[in-house]
Amino acid sequence: MATKQALPNRTYILHLYRSLLRASQKFSSYNFRDYAYRRIRDSYHVNKNETDSDKIIQLVGKAERELGVLKRQGYLNSLYSVDRLVVEEKN
Amino acid sequence: MPTLTVGLLNKKRFTSATNPDKAAAVETITQTLVSPSPVSLGFEETEVKKGSRPIYLDMQATTPTDPRVLDAMMPYLTQQYGNPHSRTHAYGWEAEKAIDMARQHVANLIGADAKDIIFTSGATESNNLGIKGVARFYKAKKKHIITTIIEHKCVLDSCRVLSEEGFDVTYLPVQKSGLIDLNQLAETIRPDTSIVSIMTVNNEIGVIQPIEEIGKICRSKKVFFHTDAAQAVGKIPLDVNKMNIDLMSISGHKIYGPKGIGALYCRRKPRVRVEALQSGGGQERGLRSGTVPTPIVVGLGEACRISKEEMQYDANRIDRLSKRLIDGITSKVNHVVRNGDPNATYPGCVNLSFAYVEGESLLMALKDIALSSGSACTSASLEPSYVLRALGADDDMAHSSIRFGIGRFTTEREVDFVVDRVVNHVDRLREMSPLWEMVQEGIDLKSINWSQH
Repeated sequence: MATKQALPNRTYILHLYRSLLRASQKFSSYNFRDYAYRRIRDSYHVNKNETDSDKIIQLVGKAERELGVLKRQGYLNSLYSVDRLVVEEKN
Repeated sequence: MPTLTVGLLNKKRFTSATNPDKAAAVETITQTLVSPSPVSLGFEETEVKKGSRPIYLDMQATTPTDPRVLDAMMPYLTQQYGNPHSRTHAYGWEAEKAIDMARQHVANLIGADAKDIIFTSGATESNNLGIKGVARFYKAKKKHIITTIIEHKCVLDSCRVLSEEGFDVTYLPVQKSGLIDLNQLAETIRPDTSIVSIMTVNNEIGVIQPIEEIGKICRSKKVFFHTDAAQAVGKIPLDVNKMNIDLMSISGHKIYGPKGIGALYCRRKPRVRVEALQSGGGQERGLRSGTVPTPIVVGLGEACRISKEEMQYDANRIDRLSKRLIDGITSKVNHVVRNGDPNATYPGCVNLSFAYVEGESLLMALKDIALSSGSACTSASLEPSYVLRALGADDDMAHSSIRFGIGRFTTEREVDFVVDRVVNHVDRLREMSPLWEMVQEGIDLKSINWSQH
């Protein structure tokens, strides 16, 4: 039996969730921004009542990796921004 | 000239721009081209024009690269640039490892063995390799090929080349729904038939052919079955073993992966022999020589992995958006026909014909939406689509069709925008049309005997 990984606590998970949502807004592309936000929110709501500790560790690990992707790709995407889409609200 | 500097991003002065044409060119460039400045450190304020870029609804032509795919590719575009066939150093090993993993992801998506996947430059090459390769390998004994009339141009053209080489090609017609007749297929297969090639999802009308039944027929008659699944892989569940598929073409850029990469699934048990199209170093089991391009192969693998993981989520969402689009348009505009079978159709491909409206003028009017009337390969010509003609659609309905492609990144707001614009412009164009006026007066257009000039 390998060393048992500590179960991430509620505060950390909520912090991770908020960081993901924040990072999703860094995309310059409207479609990526919208998708990332929706996908994060949807998977949070599907998995928020998960009780299996192995599954929780696995999901948190995945979320941490995705946060890295979002941070890198959001930044990269913002470097090559183009005109806004016709459907984006004027702000 | 002070007016010339208006619209320029940074306050550079173009004093030399005395020629008005040149000045106009400078101005248009600055409006569209926005690139990072070297000193900005990511905090630059890129001046982007608000709300001017069309929304993208042409997902059958190509899809945006998923950021997760790009993220997986980046290491191989920057630091890990080794040749995957180099066996003498770590650069080669790490590239080879990445390719093996990508191959496994592609195989997992279609229920195949990783060793059966051959990387190519795209679905066009896969189709060429699969059809020509099998036909030529078995040409001593078998001279007959079966395909359908609604296949993609690259399949039809490969078959045309083969018929010039002396092969006998049968082009199966389709029913009004776009589906082939299975009995007709079974009757068409001869003892000397070597390969049947039928696409899974049609690129223009989105019709899903009964692949499992076709596979069963082909297997029972001991004929190889190739399917062009470029539009289907990652969008609908596919299993090469369950469906008895011997060869399958896959494209990277239709599943949010990079362009210039595809794969051919080529079964080894029972073995399908293929004659290679190009000679070289014997990579990819000798079927496709040439250095395997690590970055885009990794991209294809990641795109397949994500597609498998997200298939249900994407399918639910695309289904919902598709219904929203069709209901939105048909509830406000009459005389709209959806081309293709109403049930066996991929919801992400909606092909609608607007009667009494010319498709090209509607496309021009909908300049805020990136759309197409059909295949990107033929959209430059004004000829009506051969796929719609094959369904038995009248010329006027084939001319008035528009294809809406919905994908992973399409939003509700975009769909509502499209519905609003389409309804507006169809009404406006019909108001101008003398044909529409005659229809409103109750004249049957088919009964008119148009005088010839």
